[in-house]
Amino acid sequence: MAEETILSVIDLHTSFTTDKGEVKAVNGVSFNLTAGKILGIVGESGSGKSVSAYSIMQILEKNGSIKSGQILYKGEDITKWPESKMRDFRGKRCSIIFQDPMTSLNPVFTIGYQLEEAIKLHTDRRGKEARDRAIEMLELVGVNEPQKRIKQYPFEFSGGMRQRVMIAMALACEPDILIADEPTTALDVTIQAQILELMKDLQAKLGMAIIMVTHDLGVIAQMADEIIVMYGGRVCERGTAEDIFYRPAHEYTKGLLRSIPSVDTMGQRLEPISGTPINLLNMPKGCAFCPRCDAAMKICLEEQPPETRTVDGHLAACWQAIRAEIDAGMIRAEQKA
Amino acid sequence: MAKYIFKRVLLAIVTIFIVCMITFFTMNAIPGGPFAGEKAKSPEVQAALEKRFNLDKPVGQQFVIYMGNMLQGDFGISAKTGREISQTIGSKFSVSAKLGIFAVLTAVVIGVVLGSIAALMRNRVPDRVIIFMSTLFTSLPSFVLGSFLLVIFSVKLGWVKAWSPTEQNLVLPVLALAAYPASYITRLTKTSMLDVLGQDYVRTARAKGVASWKVLFIHTLRNALIPVVTYLGPMIASVLTGSLVVEQIFTIGGLGAEFVQSITNRDYPMIMGVTIFLAVFMVTMNLLTDIVYKLIDPRITLD
Repeated sequence: MAEETILSVIDLHTSFTTDKGEVKAVNGVSFNLTAGKILGIVGESGSGKSVSAYSIMQILEKNGSIKSGQILYKGEDITKWPESKMRDFRGKRCSIIFQDPMTSLNPVFTIGYQLEEAIKLHTDRRGKEARDRAIEMLELVGVNEPQKRIKQYPFEFSGGMRQRVMIAMALACEPDILIADEPTTALDVTIQAQILELMKDLQAKLGMAIIMVTHDLGVIAQMADEIIVMYGGRVCERGTAEDIFYRPAHEYTKGLLRSIPSVDTMGQRLEPISGTPINLLNMPKGCAFCPRCDAAMKICLEEQPPETRTVDGHLAACWQAIRAEIDAGMIRAEQKA
Repeated sequence: MAKYIFKRVLLAIVTIFIVCMITFFTMNAIPGGPFAGEKAKSPEVQAALEKRFNLDKPVGQQFVIYMGNMLQGDFGISAKTGREISQTIGSKFSVSAKLGIFAVLTAVVIGVVLGSIAALMRNRVPDRVIIFMSTLFTSLPSFVLGSFLLVIFSVKLGWVKAWSPTEQNLVLPVLALAAYPASYITRLTKTSMLDVLGQDYVRTARAKGVASWKVLFIHTLRNALIPVVTYLGPMIASVLTGSLVVEQIFTIGGLGAEFVQSITNRDYPMIMGVTIFLAVFMVTMNLLTDIVYKLIDPRITLD
């Protein structure tokens, strides 16, 4: 099967208007999502990963909006779609599951009602047909006794079970894309593993593409076909799990990897990335990571690094990586570098 | 559920008994009595009246007799008019209740609509106007508001008759009575709506592709009205049983006016009758509120 790009995000800028000024959460993010693949977006809090996801769905808070850029779904720019058409996109073509399953389901409606609502919105199934589909979905995500559970309310479900229900609801109308916004962050570790396993299984069965947003490098490593590392609303580095974990080129990615415990570093102190996340109200002129970077150069302060192909062949936006490329003779040192 | 209601009814009986006891003894402790009137009566008449109303017996015994009769459904007759207490309460309550029902409906509709608008247009002009008005009407005593309404609409503009011997126009008294609860519900709805709008499940509903008006009416409002419902029970009880002030200003012969009258008259059987009626009504409304609460919020367990 030829690899078909189902979703392209091109130079996306999203910001929020607040009392203190414009918070630029996403600053020129681009990526392609291939049908049936898993794309991982990693980054710390405030890196713009969730906002990028919400921008795709256009479910930003009231004060947030897409300033510029395109989001192409099967070649059509959905940022230009009217709300009525977007409603059909949400839930039918692209679904999302959220971080906290404890609060993501409406407490006063039964699980059945909430599942059937999604089914009735986007399919012709009504009445018993919709109910049967809901039961089928619950079965698919591993909820026991779905006939009984469907009549229950969210408070009668555990966190892991609620996340399963969220997944069932998201996949009920067989979307092409599933966005998982930190789907396991609020769950304990054993449940995390089960949910990730379930998502992989379902992806194999149903064949949707997944955008996996997380700050957990472990989760990303086992799930993603391609990884994007974000910092300060920009993409730092992108490549396969191998590229990112074994051949990181961006200083931020390197810092992240140094801060995870591993068997090799047992007994040694972990090296945290110093400093605090950048203030999105006041973005630096140069590289966003520059103020926290140990290897910062003069140019890092002054100019944003472009994305270039690294010595190992994946993409990174880091002046240090570019220097390495120059040293390797891959690119000629031009006027800037 | 049945067990819960049974338990609550038992508790209610205890509550009502205590209310009766306190009222009965305090009432008797107040100086004067129903027949210590301005006109001197002959000692024989006085004695006969006191005998008729058991006032010649010790207070404790009077209480026992009263409770005995009450349990058989006999609330006695008024010491002033001689009419059956239950009949008087019935007819007066129907007047107050009619006024009250209109006032409750007005308050709920205005409160929920304005509260929702204020929440949705937060920090914009409509929100500020609504909140200003609701603060104003919360702090305005009903006798001031009632008088203002009369002066403006009846005296100055002459749109509504201040009083009519046949068909009383209820618009002004309903407004006067609804102003406070409407303002309160407005604020309650706004706060609770803002809270619910920020909830994750509202975002989930949007992400499913639910139309925004449906998100508002189905997913948001039902959750947002839970606190409003808890306020509704006691509010209905107090509005339906009549407001003394509003009934006085608009010359409406309702239960509120009757109650105060009975106290000044030391009309013992009347005071007891109205008190018991109010207590039963209040307790019932509270029980109903709890049951409705359970119906709209499945997380609540009654037992």
